[in-house]
Amino acid sequence: MTMWEYAPAPESRDIANLKAAYRPFVNGEFVDGGGEPLKTLNPATEEVLAEVGTANASDVDAAVKAARRAYERTWSALPGSERAKYLFRIARLIQERARELAVLETLDNGKPVKESRDADIPTAAAHFFYHAGWADKLSYAGLGPDPRPLGVAGQVIPWNFPLLMLAWKIAPALATGNTVVLKPAETTPLTALVFAEICQQADLPPGVVNILPGAGDVGAELVRHPGVDKVAFTGSTEVGKQIQRAVAGTPKRLTLELGGKAANVVFDDAPLDQAVDGIVNGIFFNQGHVCCAGSRLLAQESVVDELLAKLRYRVSTLRLGDPLDKNTDIGAINSAEQLGKIRELVESGDNEGAHRWTSPCPVPERGFFFAPTVFSGVQQSMRIAREEIFGPVLSVLTFRTPEEAVAKANNTPYGLSAGVWTEKGSRILWMANRLRAGVVWANTFNRFDPAAPFGGYRESGFGREGGRTGLEAYLDA
Amino acid sequence: MPDRMPVAKTYKLYVGGAFPRSESGRSYPVSDAKGNFLANAAHASRKDVRDAVVAARKAFPGWSGTTAYNRGQVLYRVAEVLEGRHEQFAAEVAAAEGVSARKAQSLVDAAVDRWVWYAGWTDKIATVLGAANPVAGPYFSFTVPEPSGVAAVLAPQRSSLLGLVSVLAPVLAAGCTAVVVSSTDRPLPAITLSEVLATSDVPAGVVNVLTGRAAELGPWLASHGDVDALDPAGADARERPELARQAADTVKRVLRVPEDEPDWTRPPDIGRLRHYLEAKTVWHPMGA
Repeated sequence: MTMWEYAPAPESRDIANLKAAYRPFVNGEFVDGGGEPLKTLNPATEEVLAEVGTANASDVDAAVKAARRAYERTWSALPGSERAKYLFRIARLIQERARELAVLETLDNGKPVKESRDADIPTAAAHFFYHAGWADKLSYAGLGPDPRPLGVAGQVIPWNFPLLMLAWKIAPALATGNTVVLKPAETTPLTALVFAEICQQADLPPGVVNILPGAGDVGAELVRHPGVDKVAFTGSTEVGKQIQRAVAGTPKRLTLELGGKAANVVFDDAPLDQAVDGIVNGIFFNQGHVCCAGSRLLAQESVVDELLAKLRYRVSTLRLGDPLDKNTDIGAINSAEQLGKIRELVESGDNEGAHRWTSPCPVPERGFFFAPTVFSGVQQSMRIAREEIFGPVLSVLTFRTPEEAVAKANNTPYGLSAGVWTEKGSRILWMANRLRAGVVWANTFNRFDPAAPFGGYRESGFGREGGRTGLEAYLDA
Repeated sequence: MPDRMPVAKTYKLYVGGAFPRSESGRSYPVSDAKGNFLANAAHASRKDVRDAVVAARKAFPGWSGTTAYNRGQVLYRVAEVLEGRHEQFAAEVAAAEGVSARKAQSLVDAAVDRWVWYAGWTDKIATVLGAANPVAGPYFSFTVPEPSGVAAVLAPQRSSLLGLVSVLAPVLAAGCTAVVVSSTDRPLPAITLSEVLATSDVPAGVVNVLTGRAAELGPWLASHGDVDALDPAGADARERPELARQAADTVKRVLRVPEDEPDWTRPPDIGRLRHYLEAKTVWHPMGA
């Protein structure tokens, strides 16, 4: 088959309006943080993009106090219909600056620009638009006639979807009348600080949104601050447990969205070409830096060979490289640290006897890249079947009966998401009912919408984001 | 000397549908509110906790898999059987709590009514908490509540029957299975309630009742890897933070409870029911 070469189609990095320095955002103004400034890298080139001021303990205190003042004096006193207008305005501003935000996100995170352009940024805007509409309709949310906001929310988000995770956190918090102090991830602070600028452009009252860049210590400080009424965290299960422990015994409310090891179950009657695209999307979207990634492929034994052949061919056509190129399918791994973790786990797969296949795609010499990898012959006991790799690495296991598929799919402490591929409707519903996961995608994968609640079972966390259910996380009801 | 010597009951644990003694062989004396001896209760141990969790886990697929209509009928059946033993429970509650006969009667009434209230919720809660999600794309997306799994319930210390029913019934209505640690000093109504459960078509293992000390058993339940949710109501308020910390190691859902035992005669809301439910969102493409 002829391979048609693509001409490069890179976005210009000028669109990102990159500045040499960024600063924390407290009480409506950019301030010099007391922490050691960090340098954020472009993971595709390892070049420093900008210097970012970080917060120290007194900045955390100042931000929480600013949020408290804003909560008491302005935000909680505003009628919902007025709060709504601020959120609608923010949604529009994100849409207006979408291209800038997409390029900036890709520079800072390493994800392909087609993903930041088509998924991250528009979905972030959609989250604000969706929640804006709730602000004056909370009494219809089924949580009682007069649900009350909680106060100040301390929010800590990961680096895999920087602006989108910010939107998942800030939009429902603000819509329900809370104010927020948010810590973006250490390696991806830039779009959050442009978002701070958007808050200024939207004339959001000072203190309603505060953004504190920094490392885990800033997050720990924020979570422990006695002025915080609500903690929301998205990140690893390990850190989630630390936070749950830190919050235990306090009046703080908590929601956690943690790791996953999702099973993607393919039955022998599934439309295999469609399934292959779903499998590829499930594990290679965003370089596999997705908590709900379909990282365990459970294939029915009778089709595993055919499926693997199709899968390897399809994966070998994925284009890895410059994230700013609009043709790129797989961008850069977000950090050297994460690349190290992926390599370590892949090595364990080799050592434990799984069969590794790696896409023969060319890999750039500079930057953090990892070629798409598929392990077959994986046993449930192997680390690559149990631990979250958070990279473009798929583990393939097999099953014979639907019961065995369910047992294997549920054989994990996680429970964030799952996939099912079959033409049989009754089997889809039977499987969806038995899979212990907060989201089940049937004949599709990695679909997100502000109207659809998202969140985990078991050690994937508790609480939901999105939909009517998501409002509960920020309301006293 | 009475003409006839009454036959006294041996109070044991309720685990997996049977009434075993504690594997530890321990028991402790239970007195009425005036300090008169009533009976010996089994003093459950860590191993009894383990057996109870195994039984609850084993019962979970069956109980959560029954139809909501069926679960509602079973809970209503509990109310029927409890009503039939009204006098016995009133006497036990009066002895345990030291309340007047009239007050004890009204507490039993309220306990019966509470089962009826939750019985009616089983096939409505999904309508109230679930949704068809209007997503922006050619997909049918819906969200349904599902039971979290095995719940560990430290029952209230003071309200021996109504408090117990108020914390247990929502677990069952949600479709979860339960390991209950009864009130330490007032455990007898809990064991008698177990007899009601055992004869009300509640499948074996769905409810397991341990008598003993919440302070001793609570930490084993809070840290147990096969327990999904924890109600620390019966723990001393000073011990709850440590229980919550232990629960964090397995990301358990820990219920927020008021510092002091509430007035259980007040009508409940669906907060407890919601606590034992997860939201599951399912997506499927739409197309010809």
